[in-house]
Amino acid sequence: MLTSGVILLSGGLLSPNPGLIFWTALTFVLVLLILKKLAWGPIITALEEREKGIQSAIDRAHNAKDEAESILRKNREMLAKADAEAEKIIREGKEFGEKLRAEMTEKAQVEAKKMITAAKEEIEQEKHRALDVLRNEVADLAVMGAEKIIKSSLDADTQKKIVESMIQDLASKRN
Amino acid sequence: MKPVTVVKEARAFLKVLVLTLPILLSAGNTMFAAGGEHSDKPGDVIMHHILDSNVYAFEPFGEVHLPKIVVGGFDISITKHVVIMWIAAAIVLLVFASVGGAYRKMTAKNAPKGLANAMEALVDFIRLDVAKSNIGPGFEKFLPYLLTVFFFILLCNLLGLVPYGATPTGNINVTLTLAVFTFFITQTAALKAHGVKGYLAHLTAGTHWSLWIIMIPIEIIGLFTKPFALTVRLFANMTAGHIVILSLIFISFILKSYIVAVAVSVPFSIFIYLLEIFVSFLQAFIFTMLSALFIGLATVHEGHDEHEAGVAHH
Repeated sequence: MLTSGVILLSGGLLSPNPGLIFWTALTFVLVLLILKKLAWGPIITALEEREKGIQSAIDRAHNAKDEAESILRKNREMLAKADAEAEKIIREGKEFGEKLRAEMTEKAQVEAKKMITAAKEEIEQEKHRALDVLRNEVADLAVMGAEKIIKSSLDADTQKKIVESMIQDLASKRN
Repeated sequence: MKPVTVVKEARAFLKVLVLTLPILLSAGNTMFAAGGEHSDKPGDVIMHHILDSNVYAFEPFGEVHLPKIVVGGFDISITKHVVIMWIAAAIVLLVFASVGGAYRKMTAKNAPKGLANAMEALVDFIRLDVAKSNIGPGFEKFLPYLLTVFFFILLCNLLGLVPYGATPTGNINVTLTLAVFTFFITQTAALKAHGVKGYLAHLTAGTHWSLWIIMIPIEIIGLFTKPFALTVRLFANMTAGHIVILSLIFISFILKSYIVAVAVSVPFSIFIYLLEIFVSFLQAFIFTMLSALFIGLATVHEGHDEHEAGVAHH
């Protein structure tokens, strides 16, 4: 193994070879130039284009998401507004109904009171009228009775006085 | 790594073992039989495997002598590592030509599938986690270099793990060349970012003029240590793995024991082989990552708050 070590150091491992350098340089430059035209150009352009495409797709997706969110927010707001509106309408309707009922009740009560009063007045009038008729009738009957009494008795004047005082008594008691 | 790939790679390794068995046996036989001074020492066999050569051997089927070219006094022969490098380049080109074609046809609405999808994960990783996070704004113009260097090194690393393969990135000449590319790109980027005046001012590290006599040499050495580190890191990592695998196999020949072969050499070399697959990815990633980091350091603007803010951002 020692000998192999010596060979490694003294052997041609580090010896220069201009021919190989020449061919390496030529081969490499040719490969570089051909590949630059054939491969690296299209590949790198495609990669860059794809990168840009992906970036723009991401941007578009973000924009669409923002837009959708704003639409959703708007929809929610509109829904809330509609709810409030409906509630308000119902409340107003209830209030109106309440008011209407109260008004009608009051009106009916007033009407009823009025009718009662009217009826009472009529009754009073009828009563007065009836009393008047009754009074006249009674007076006539009394006069006829008195006539008979007077006819039967002598002193008509005295008798009449007695009758009148009696009628007066009746009227004062009545009133 | 998915279990399926592990199983596949393990199968591939078994194939390597089966295919390399004749060489090993022949080497072993000579050792077992003669053990003399003229036989191949394990060290020689290992170095033969690691080093570059003008002969592409397909044992036991024969060998191919690669053409020898000399231009203007320079030996620019096609060697084994050059051939493997070309195979790696061809695979990278084929794969990415088809993937690039798929992306050309694709609109932004299509999802990538198959090979394009698999490669996209790696490309996007290099693009975002390596280039963008280390270089910051303006990273796009360095992307082609970083991507190419990553896949080229990765394929070179992996081709060392297939039967009859070799590792070009285990050759210091190859890694040096790649590191020099990073060096030049880094310096050009720094010059562009700061201008000539800013570039020279950076060499003084913003210290008092009396310290320049120390700071300027240190900063200049610092410029060169970075590519040197890249060179040695990749080369040493790729070479070491292969030496370890071969050494483990040779233990059984040195000890002339089948028990050692079954109990030590094969299981341990399988383990190291699997580790090597991981190291192939890791070293390709590290080379790319450090290149990006050096470019990022060179182009960072003087305002240190800005730099820290940039770092904190990532």
